[in-house]
Amino acid sequence: MKGINIVVCVKIVPKPEEVKLNLETNTLDRANASSIINPPDKNAIETAIQLKQIYGGQITVISMGPPFFDGFMKLIISMGVDKAILLSDRAFAGADTYPTTKTLSQAIKKLGNVDLVICGEESADGGTGNVPPGIAEWLNYSQATYCHEIDYDASEQRFIVKRSISDGFEIISIPKPAVVSVELNINTPRFPDFSLKKELDNNKHKIPIWSATDLDLEPNEIGLSGSFTTVDSLIQAKGLERKQIQIIGNIDDIVDQLVDLIINK
Amino acid sequence: MNSKEIWVFIEISDTGVEPVSWELLGKARELANKVNFLVTSIIISNKESKIAEEAIARGSDKVLYIIHNECSHYSFELFTKIITDLNEKFKPEILLMPATHNSRDLAGRLAIRLHTGLTADVVQLDINNQGILLGAVPGFGGSILAIIKCEQSIPQMATVRPGIFQSILPDQNRKGTIEYIFPQIKENLKETILIKKITLNKEDISKSPRLVIAGRGISSNLNEIRLLAELINGGVGVTRPISDMGLFGREHQIGSTGISVKSKLAIIFGASGATHFSSGIKNVETVISINLDHKALINEVSDYFIIADASEILPRIIDKLKLKMELIK
Ligand SMILES: Cc1cc2nc3c(=O)[nH]c(=O)nc-3n(C[C@H](O)[C@H](O)[C@H](O)COP(=O)(O)OP(=O)(O)OC[C@H]3O[C@@H](n4cnc5c(N)ncnc54)[C@H](O)[C@@H]3O)c2cc1C
Repeated sequence: MKGINIVVCVKIVPKPEEVKLNLETNTLDRANASSIINPPDKNAIETAIQLKQIYGGQITVISMGPPFFDGFMKLIISMGVDKAILLSDRAFAGADTYPTTKTLSQAIKKLGNVDLVICGEESADGGTGNVPPGIAEWLNYSQATYCHEIDYDASEQRFIVKRSISDGFEIISIPKPAVVSVELNINTPRFPDFSLKKELDNNKHKIPIWSATDLDLEPNEIGLSGSFTTVDSLIQAKGLERKQIQIIGNIDDIVDQLVDLIINK
Repeated sequence: MNSKEIWVFIEISDTGVEPVSWELLGKARELANKVNFLVTSIIISNKESKIAEEAIARGSDKVLYIIHNECSHYSFELFTKIITDLNEKFKPEILLMPATHNSRDLAGRLAIRLHTGLTADVVQLDINNQGILLGAVPGFGGSILAIIKCEQSIPQMATVRPGIFQSILPDQNRKGTIEYIFPQIKENLKETILIKKITLNKEDISKSPRLVIAGRGISSNLNEIRLLAELINGGVGVTRPISDMGLFGREHQIGSTGISVKSKLAIIFGASGATHFSSGIKNVETVISINLDHKALINEVSDYFIIADASEILPRIIDKLKLKMELIK
């Protein structure tokens, strides 16, 4: 195939600000939280589209999640990717990074001939950042995380990336096939083409759904039973108590009070 | 006696040992004492150095010092291979690593290769009588903590956030052993090529007692933010969009993907108070915020909040402060 065959891994997450811990049942209350495309994953999609515009190729988005996330997949197709697939199976539930990366990598294998997998740096809910290198290990691909810039050297069949590290930046070259993760806000994700979205909704465009069986995964390899870590308990992250006092008055009063506070602290 | 071991991966960058490594070592010492385990530091480099002695002075019983000519700089291929081989030989119970970009890059790959559980981005650590590690991990931007354990496999792996634990002051009288290892690794294993490295001088605001913090709502007045910080002898912190725009370096960024601060005072201008940000100011003693929006989340995590245009308030605070300081002089 000409160009780069790209897979983007996307997660649909609840808005962090809207998830509450139910202190009585010690479970998460996500029912009232709206779902969004994990913010850095949008940057991953945009990166893929820009690479395709330069080098050609094709882009497939894969996402683990329930079938009713198909609306998000259509939204993503409307941003300009070629295909979106949902990996959906009740048995996937409760997975830590070990079975999650296994599941995603099986889907990438099934797609075949993939040159580049792009992920967001981490997910806004769990936030481990361990999925991209985990996928790379299962597939025996090279890897680069926390990237800002990604370019392709077609003659050498390598990707050149700039990534951020503790003491600055590095530019490295890694052979294809590769997994990269991109940092939040490295580009401005384009808006979906809403007329295309409407069309997809109207003509009942079906988003393919791959189950554990489709991916050749055994029950003990996925979900909770495939996980090595378990959640012992959940607690509300406590900080210091806040007084929440509003300072009011005209601007001069406010500034006076503020300056007094600052000087006395 | 064949004692069980807690391993600590000591991360080295061009500017030296990443301080979080010593913080981890301090915590590992405390956990090990509780259950009578040994603490081993893992150091990977291209040459000998005094870091081995420092690791002992800071709490290690043992140092495994791996020397390979291609290890002057991190690469996932070599580092994963080296630790996998060491693990095979010594079978540690626990492996702790810094939650920095490079060590997360490594830990994520290593956990799969070692077929074990990884608790990522830990902010609290404990160990029970059975030697099971209990790691508290922030979720949803830091508003909720999940206590995670890994009972079925070893090593129990965890990456730990910088700035959470205390390092031990070096004690030159501490005793420990250093074992040098020169691994034989097949050529061409490493395919990653380092083209260029850009090292930045970094300012550390994590110890600053007073902070002036800028969010997107004040992004056009950053000079005044700097000025106010100077006036009160404090540091500048920013929200992620400000560092993403390149207006301040990443080391100034506060929050779940930045640093956590413990200053006495923080004055926050034009930040919405998203949980990914607010988790970083949890331990600030007094929080003051200025935001246009009376519904902004930042109001709820402030001791004092003001609903106003920050760009109007900021210059006036500066003027007034200058005036008062003149008077005091
Ligand atoms: C995986 C992940 C990790 C993240 N990590 C971090 C992190 O470590 N740190 C972090 O900060 N964010 C992080 N974020 C981003 C976070 O979710 C928010 O998007 C971000 O904190 C918002 O920054 P802000 O408050 O500066 O900007 P905005 O959300 O745009 O808020 C600007 C605020 O300024 C106010 N305002 C505007 N004009 C004025 C004015 N003239 N006067 C007064 N107020 C004004 C507005 O009312 C608004 O409340 C992360 C996100 C994800 C998905």
